[in-house]
Amino acid sequence: MAAKLILSMDGLVLKEIPLTKERTTIGRKPHNDIQIDNLAISGEHSVIVTILNDSFLEDLNSTNGTYVNGQPIKKHFLQNNDVVELGKYKLKYINETPTQTTAADFEKTMVLRPDLMKKTAEQTAAKSPSMSDTQVGMKAVDTHAGMAPPPQPAAPASPPPAPQAMPVGAIQILTGANAGKELELTKNLTTLGKPGVQVAVITRRPHGYFITHVEGANFPVVNGTALDAHPRELKDHDVIELASVKMEFFLKG
Amino acid sequence: MDLSQALQIVSRSDAGMVRSHNEDAVFYNAARGMAILADGMGGYNAGEVASGMATALLGSELEKAFQKTEPHQLDTSGKLYSHSVLEGEIARANTAIYQAAQSQPQYAGMGTTLVVALFFDNMMTVAHIGDSRLYRLRGDEFQAITRDHSLLQEQIDSGMITAEEARNSQNKNLVTRALGVDPAVEPEIRDYDTMPGDIYLLCSDGLNDMVEDEEIALTLQALSANLDLAATQLIQTANDSGGRDNVSVVLVRIAREYPAARGWWARLLQWFK
Repeated sequence: MAAKLILSMDGLVLKEIPLTKERTTIGRKPHNDIQIDNLAISGEHSVIVTILNDSFLEDLNSTNGTYVNGQPIKKHFLQNNDVVELGKYKLKYINETPTQTTAADFEKTMVLRPDLMKKTAEQTAAKSPSMSDTQVGMKAVDTHAGMAPPPQPAAPASPPPAPQAMPVGAIQILTGANAGKELELTKNLTTLGKPGVQVAVITRRPHGYFITHVEGANFPVVNGTALDAHPRELKDHDVIELASVKMEFFLKG
Repeated sequence: MDLSQALQIVSRSDAGMVRSHNEDAVFYNAARGMAILADGMGGYNAGEVASGMATALLGSELEKAFQKTEPHQLDTSGKLYSHSVLEGEIARANTAIYQAAQSQPQYAGMGTTLVVALFFDNMMTVAHIGDSRLYRLRGDEFQAITRDHSLLQEQIDSGMITAEEARNSQNKNLVTRALGVDPAVEPEIRDYDTMPGDIYLLCSDGLNDMVEDEEIALTLQALSANLDLAATQLIQTANDSGGRDNVSVVLVRIAREYPAARGWWARLLQWFK
């Protein structure tokens, strides 16, 4: 099923336009594929370039601008249910075609040629001689527009859900001046010891807590056994000895 | 000049948790004060060819060039040799990758990002193309030194979107410059002073897309005494957060000052070494 646009004004559906052409122009003048005869619309207002299942919209320096979902855009990869606004008119983009594009593909780095947008805009409906030149950009378009709107945009460094489910670890100092003190391990990294003398780090990972030697001639001792250079997983009530201080690791609630 | 006493360099590169191929490539040479990282893209698994060509070509050609001329010397037009050699060698690597992509159908469309740091004379020259980054940790201050050549960065710069919107943008993966995709490429080349104690991080977007800057900073600060562990930890954090992309890091610690040898006696000493 080809993607389509639903043109409406003030909630009244005026027309359904299938996006079958590579270039669909929108404007006030009669030669446009979608003519909207209203003074708020520029003669050549915007253009939608469709390649296979994917479409992208570009504003052609219109006087009053092109908006998608309330935001002014210069160029935009259309996604299912996007609402394009030109003056009082709304164009809803519907593309229910499942695509082959996967989330992993979508995250692959692509080159966007700086001149791509210009080219697609200048491209006439006739075959373009610079077809191979725009290929890289088209791939990018393909991947982007092909992406059905994800429930959430790929958030950076979103903490994995596992740590929430995992009980919080803590350290209680058993000997020395700070005996009795407790330290919750809420950060992903907690360093212990004296810099320059002996330091170890406890890392919080989705599947547990790990202790690793960082610096110093002596390695930390866990339950009487010295660590090697590798991380060691900490179990509830493990006893750690570091810089001649004993402490206990335990999991809270 | 041998900088291996002044610079400590480690690197790690990992395919991540999702991808089957690692298209990143890294190269470093502490003695020559060089660190290079490239994140390949495009073609059917040709990304690793592009990034591999970039690091191998630049690594060997820069090493060769610095045997004849030190990077701090000025060329006839008064330009630092580090700049002219980077411009020349990046252009050559670009041509090599571009021609391979043009002549071999299986490499069509391949390209790579690039970040290069050259250390000499208590400073560094940084060249970059695309969205691989160089960060600096100096004391408590952790900041990106390079500015991505990406659609997202352009949108931020032009005020179209805020940094907050950029975090959630879906355009993260669109770079506006890459090595090997056009007959010519324009690297961004800049100089920075370095200080003993500085830690520099070269990374592919697999790190900074998965791990917040503050988390990277915390890791480097906490583990600065053990650079190997810091590098391993960064990769692990990226993978624990999902590891959706290849992730590579090069860490460079400035252990002490490394002024360039100047004057006839210094050259004489070099000669006898």
